[in-house]
Amino acid sequence: MTAADESGERRRDAHVRVAFDRLIPSDVREIEPIVEQVTRECQGLELSARQCALNVPVALTEALSNAILRGNRGIRDKRVRVRAVVSDHALVLEVADEGAGFDLDACTIDPTSPGSLEREDGRGLFLMRSLMDRVERYESDALNVVRLTLNRT
Amino acid sequence: MSFSIKKQGEICVVDVEGQLIVGNRQELKQKVLDELEKGEKKFLIDFSQTGYIDSSGLGVLVSLSKKIREQGGELRLANLNDDLKTLFELTKLDTLFQIADTRERALESF
Repeated sequence: MTAADESGERRRDAHVRVAFDRLIPSDVREIEPIVEQVTRECQGLELSARQCALNVPVALTEALSNAILRGNRGIRDKRVRVRAVVSDHALVLEVADEGAGFDLDACTIDPTSPGSLEREDGRGLFLMRSLMDRVERYESDALNVVRLTLNRT
Repeated sequence: MSFSIKKQGEICVVDVEGQLIVGNRQELKQKVLDELEKGEKKFLIDFSQTGYIDSSGLGVLVSLSKKIREQGGELRLANLNDDLKTLFELTKLDTLFQIADTRERALESF
């Protein structure tokens, strides 16, 4: 999705607010407190208990983990931006890193296939895509952005 | 988050308190591997106090399962709440692990 598409989408949705916007260093110890804060913001958004306890924290943890370890290669000085945008219809989580980006479809494997079941890695993108209604990746201002959308039920 | 290991008979029972995620998975792995190295063979991981698990946490469980089996040991899981069960079902890891509803049932299953 381009920035123009994004702004057009926002215009169509009258009640959009940024609930969370933070820059964090590339350190996996930053993940848990950020996920806790975002999950707290989710309370009262008409999301189900499961969405608050499972979908949001797991998918966001995966996106942050990818951004820190793969996008920014664990270099602490490189920053990760985390935004949560709430509209009438959806919760949108955006995680931006300074990496070169990746092909979402090419990098998503099916860890449930018989040959992959005992793999120790490779479940991150699969979980994000299973737990969110939409997962997109795009570039914006030289940043690699993963956008997770969860429809409000 | 924290991990504690207690012996219950000949079974090492590991309690996972909080999240099992990329930032702490190595701690769990090392604690279990230390016990395996000491000669322990039977392990039960109890998730009654666990919030959520990410793909790294699942990966560590898969890794430990393999290492314990290679040493002739057994790993059981217990007390997954409905959300955690969903996570195991989505990834089909419920077919890889022996999962009991309660700690007691898991202990009896060895």
